[in-house]
Amino acid sequence: MAEVTTSAPSGGETTTPMQAMNKALREALAADESVFVMGEDIQAGTYGMTQGLFDEFGGERIRNTPISEGAIVGAAVGAAMCGMRPVVDLSIATFAYVALDQLVNQAAKNRYLFGAQADVPATFYFITYHRSNAAAQHTDRPHPIFMGIPGFKVVAPATPNDAYGLMKAAIRDPDPVIVFADMMTVRRRGILDGEADTVRIGEAKVVREGTDVTLVAFFTLFPALAVAEKLAKEGISVEVIDPRTLAPLDMATILRSVGKTGRLVAADIAYDACSAASEVIASVTERAFSSLRAAPRRVCTPMVHVPFCPPHEKQLFPDEARIEEAVRAVLNNSKV
Amino acid sequence: MQGPRDRAMPQNSNRERALLALRRMMMIRAFEERTEKLINRGDVIGVMHSSAGQEAACVGACMALADDDYITGTHRSHGHPIAKGSRVDRLVAELMGRSTGVCKGMGGSMHLADFSVGSLGESAIVGSSIGIAVGAALANRMRRLDRVCLAFFGDGAANTGICHEGMNMAAVWRLPVVFFCENNRYAVTTPQAQAMSTDRISDRAAAYGMEGTTVDGQDVRAVHDAVAVAVARARRGDGPSIVEAMTYRYADHSYRLGSLGGKRDPAEIAYWRNRDPIRIESDRLREEGLVTDEDLAGLSAGVEAELDAAVEFGRASPYPTRDDLWSNMYADSSAWEASPWPK
Repeated sequence: MAEVTTSAPSGGETTTPMQAMNKALREALAADESVFVMGEDIQAGTYGMTQGLFDEFGGERIRNTPISEGAIVGAAVGAAMCGMRPVVDLSIATFAYVALDQLVNQAAKNRYLFGAQADVPATFYFITYHRSNAAAQHTDRPHPIFMGIPGFKVVAPATPNDAYGLMKAAIRDPDPVIVFADMMTVRRRGILDGEADTVRIGEAKVVREGTDVTLVAFFTLFPALAVAEKLAKEGISVEVIDPRTLAPLDMATILRSVGKTGRLVAADIAYDACSAASEVIASVTERAFSSLRAAPRRVCTPMVHVPFCPPHEKQLFPDEARIEEAVRAVLNNSKV
Repeated sequence: MQGPRDRAMPQNSNRERALLALRRMMMIRAFEERTEKLINRGDVIGVMHSSAGQEAACVGACMALADDDYITGTHRSHGHPIAKGSRVDRLVAELMGRSTGVCKGMGGSMHLADFSVGSLGESAIVGSSIGIAVGAALANRMRRLDRVCLAFFGDGAANTGICHEGMNMAAVWRLPVVFFCENNRYAVTTPQAQAMSTDRISDRAAAYGMEGTTVDGQDVRAVHDAVAVAVARARRGDGPSIVEAMTYRYADHSYRLGSLGGKRDPAEIAYWRNRDPIRIESDRLREEGLVTDEDLAGLSAGVEAELDAAVEFGRASPYPTRDDLWSNMYADSSAWEASPWPK
């Protein structure tokens, strides 16, 4: 792929992760003829990521598809194996279930199965919907499934800089990359500046430094930062880490932090069982048990389907109150 | 020999191509017989599915393609790369799981792929490779390459969701795909009549707005000619087609599931054995005066000698190393340096 010229403004602009990804797509399309986007309703830009791209690049490269998730993913993999760099808009994250065979058995495995005769430089992006009164079928957060499948790289940007940088990195990457944008942050305004060009797959970010508790925030960056801000007024120093990449997890950064704080809370919008948070806690416990001064805590979603009933839905996901409670509990239960 | 873009297989006029087709069919048959011996001797292990009986479908379809056209395969797919021109030594080595195999020992019998001849790989989840074929054709279109992709699939795969999705997508985008069905009448053990309410899979083509045809899958020339029409249509930009070849597998579903084969009617097996694709073509070539019995014996001996050498090549080849497992995973694994999962 030709080196993509970036145009993240050095002075910075206020934008949203969605607009930043749109910008990344636009620049990748302009720079490399092998890049194209396919997905349902992307011509109209229904979900936002592809807005305006059809008018600029036309239907050959902004490819509106039938409702055929299996064939969309399969065709993307086939095209990727034959010289193209497809970017697939799979809109709502639970639609991944419909395409799971093609994602797992084709996208993730083909390079390996065929002895590296072809790479699969495909990008698949989803928005994880929750707190959206859409009931259970539209509301799962399936990122842990893909963390558990070798062959993928999985990223989850929460800010405009990370959204822009990781979308660019995903498209440039020679392997299949899954990009999860979260509905709670994808339209949240933030700064897009030169830092976006330095974002790499596999690098977590210490968003706020602290000394008492390490708080690893999967899809929960902003409530985590709010908790850190609140507790700072009480003299509690929370280090907030945004993993940004889910697979591979940047355990080096997390272990370094836990080595300093001796305490760990991991928050994740996924279900409790086999969440990204559980993986972090398992890995830290295995590798840095002796540096832990308290049992780690996870703050996830209980093992119940998401109800339509709006008041109940809101309470299920990790929010400031539950994250704060977990941080306090870890501090109060410390051995030393 | 004819040029690469003009490959209508000759009847009497081009002995060389006719003999190439016959030799490839003989190679597929011998490859399957050899595989069975290697299984019985313990030289290869694992799940394998024989193409014996379906050679005319494999070869007739591939002989209608140019060297740089693509194919995708199925779980029953030893014959497809051979028909497309793969070297059998690297295929045998793959069956043995060796590093010199086409897939470096990572794929095995159900995932043979040989990109050097346009074989984009086989998928053992029934129907799963059909989407890949559509994508390969899409890449051809977008890269403005004069290539088509032929998707092998079976009567079982015809009833999968991805088959419908792929056909519809290829049709609406008029992609250069040939959906080539080897209808061997059974999905593992389930006869077609229990799995669909119509006789001909090619009849479905009309529903997608494409052409469909059904041919005698035991006649390599009939298969070739039908596929050649579909390939020409795809290359012209007139979209995909379904070509259905009526054929039969002699062996049980797989070498490991022998008991499943016993339920087929012996009269049915005898009928199809009597319509052996290699014998049909050999007899025809003899009648046409293009081959003698001596020629046929020579072809057969050549095929066996090549397989002898292939088996020796496989046996002499090392297994991949443990590190190879990781090196085949990612084209860029640099982000994995800080991974929590030990190797």
